[in-house]
Amino acid sequence: MTQPMSRSTAIICALIFVALAVLPLVGSRYLIDVATEIMIYALFALSLNVIIGYSGNVSFGHAAYFAIGGYANAILLTTHGWPLAAAMPLAVIISMLAAGVIAYFCTRLTDIYFAMLTLAFSMFVWAVAFKWRDVTGGDDGFVGVAVPEFIGDRTSFFYFSLAIVTASVAALWIICHSAFGRALLAVRENPTRAGFVGINTRLMRWTAFVVAGTFAGVAGALFGMLHRGVFVESAFWTQSATVLIMTLLGGMFSFFGPAIGAATLFILQRLTNEYTEYWPTVLGVILLAILLFLPEGLAGLFNKLSKRSAARD
Amino acid sequence: MAMLEIRGLSKNFSGFQAINDINFTLEEGARHAIIGPNGAGKTTFFNLITGHLEPSGGDVLFRGKSMIGLPPHTIVKMGIARSFQRINIYPRMTVSENVQVALIARDGRNLNLWTPAHGLNQAETCDLLELVGLLDERDEIAGELAYGRQKQLELAISLASNPHVLLLDEPTAGMSPTETRESIQLIDRISKERHLTLLFTEHDMSVVFGIADLITVLHHGEIIASGSPDEVRNNSDVRSVYLGDAVEDATT
Repeated sequence: MTQPMSRSTAIICALIFVALAVLPLVGSRYLIDVATEIMIYALFALSLNVIIGYSGNVSFGHAAYFAIGGYANAILLTTHGWPLAAAMPLAVIISMLAAGVIAYFCTRLTDIYFAMLTLAFSMFVWAVAFKWRDVTGGDDGFVGVAVPEFIGDRTSFFYFSLAIVTASVAALWIICHSAFGRALLAVRENPTRAGFVGINTRLMRWTAFVVAGTFAGVAGALFGMLHRGVFVESAFWTQSATVLIMTLLGGMFSFFGPAIGAATLFILQRLTNEYTEYWPTVLGVILLAILLFLPEGLAGLFNKLSKRSAARD
Repeated sequence: MAMLEIRGLSKNFSGFQAINDINFTLEEGARHAIIGPNGAGKTTFFNLITGHLEPSGGDVLFRGKSMIGLPPHTIVKMGIARSFQRINIYPRMTVSENVQVALIARDGRNLNLWTPAHGLNQAETCDLLELVGLLDERDEIAGELAYGRQKQLELAISLASNPHVLLLDEPTAGMSPTETRESIQLIDRISKERHLTLLFTEHDMSVVFGIADLITVLHHGEIIASGSPDEVRNNSDVRSVYLGDAVEDATT
């Protein structure tokens, strides 16, 4: 987590990128849709992990910034007729500013109090989306998002998402492995000691929160365009819980873990829904399995297995 | 010149007077020990000076400026570093990362989101680890080091912020006699080399008489004696409340 990218990780990343790049040439429409959605969720989960894995605080309200990015982008594109090149950056900045204000209050607290306050703010965002019918469409949702023509079809939107997600993940990688990222780990590991080497721990946690909110906004803007609509459920606590479970399932002590978790959970959900309507039950079992057997998630499991096989060689 | 000046410092924990109206001056270049029996208030006194606890009354001045209410990171930037009685490191990071983070903070790079951490301050990290004898263990996970080695690591972390004043809270607590001796020699050497003003608490008498040139004795939250090791050793109050046979052991 703290070293530069290992050779094997770099190779796996390159392979995944190439596989995605050629997917539309060989894959079905269904597969393209699934891949687009997984990429967006992966970015959403990776952004959350800046707060959870790197700063050591659990956020129960990360959906707020996802929804704000989604609504702002959709409203600017559709209601105000802005071009994408202006609407999406401004939507992301709005998510960033919202995260900045909310983080100012949340980072005064730690542990469960921090988590509860993030939840409270996300429910506030949900309530605004629900009640502000004229602007957001209320519980009918904001439908008919004016997605620009050049990304209007499935394949071009897939490539657009691939480009944005890749750039965002690269930016998150740089941030998490920067001087800031390393100092943030120190804050997670031992806030008292970090304070006594001269680190303003609250400012560090605030910055991590803003970074996370910004990239959640990017994911939200893509999500709204993919579905041609933004719905209040995007801001609801269940959405925050989903991305939290993705992060934990993949592993919060690994940079790419949350992306693995996002893909795994999403695919499991799709498969389960084909056979039964009891997805929440399956989700409960997955959550139990993480808590009891996989405290470091799938990434932790892979690490352990590869270390074991290396030891055998 | 006074590095630290403490005026009428008091701390009350819901009715219990842990520190009572202490006046104290730490001169530049001094090697000053605070001793006292368990519960005398040594650690509380330390935590008040470094902003870890808020005093109930009084003032702490560093080079004439009040430090009361300042957050730890500001106090560190003024040139004061501390270690803790209970080990305080980053257990899941490597030994060299533990020191590197302190250097990143000292250089004000902890809000730099784009410069890769890998490779930053490497030479200086190695120098500090060599100083405390941990260079060979630099890639090990800090939490897996032996107890005494973790204490040395904490010393290296404290030194990384280039302090003028080093505050050590029981630097040899929990160490074996051999580790204690080595540690003391190390602290003695480093503080001389780096011209550090040293303030430390201790319960081990041999440690105190080994490196301190001034000793202040704390008892029930009050100063009962202060002076050179010889003066303190011969002070009858001190002998009766605290030292007793320990002085004989340490001096013979």
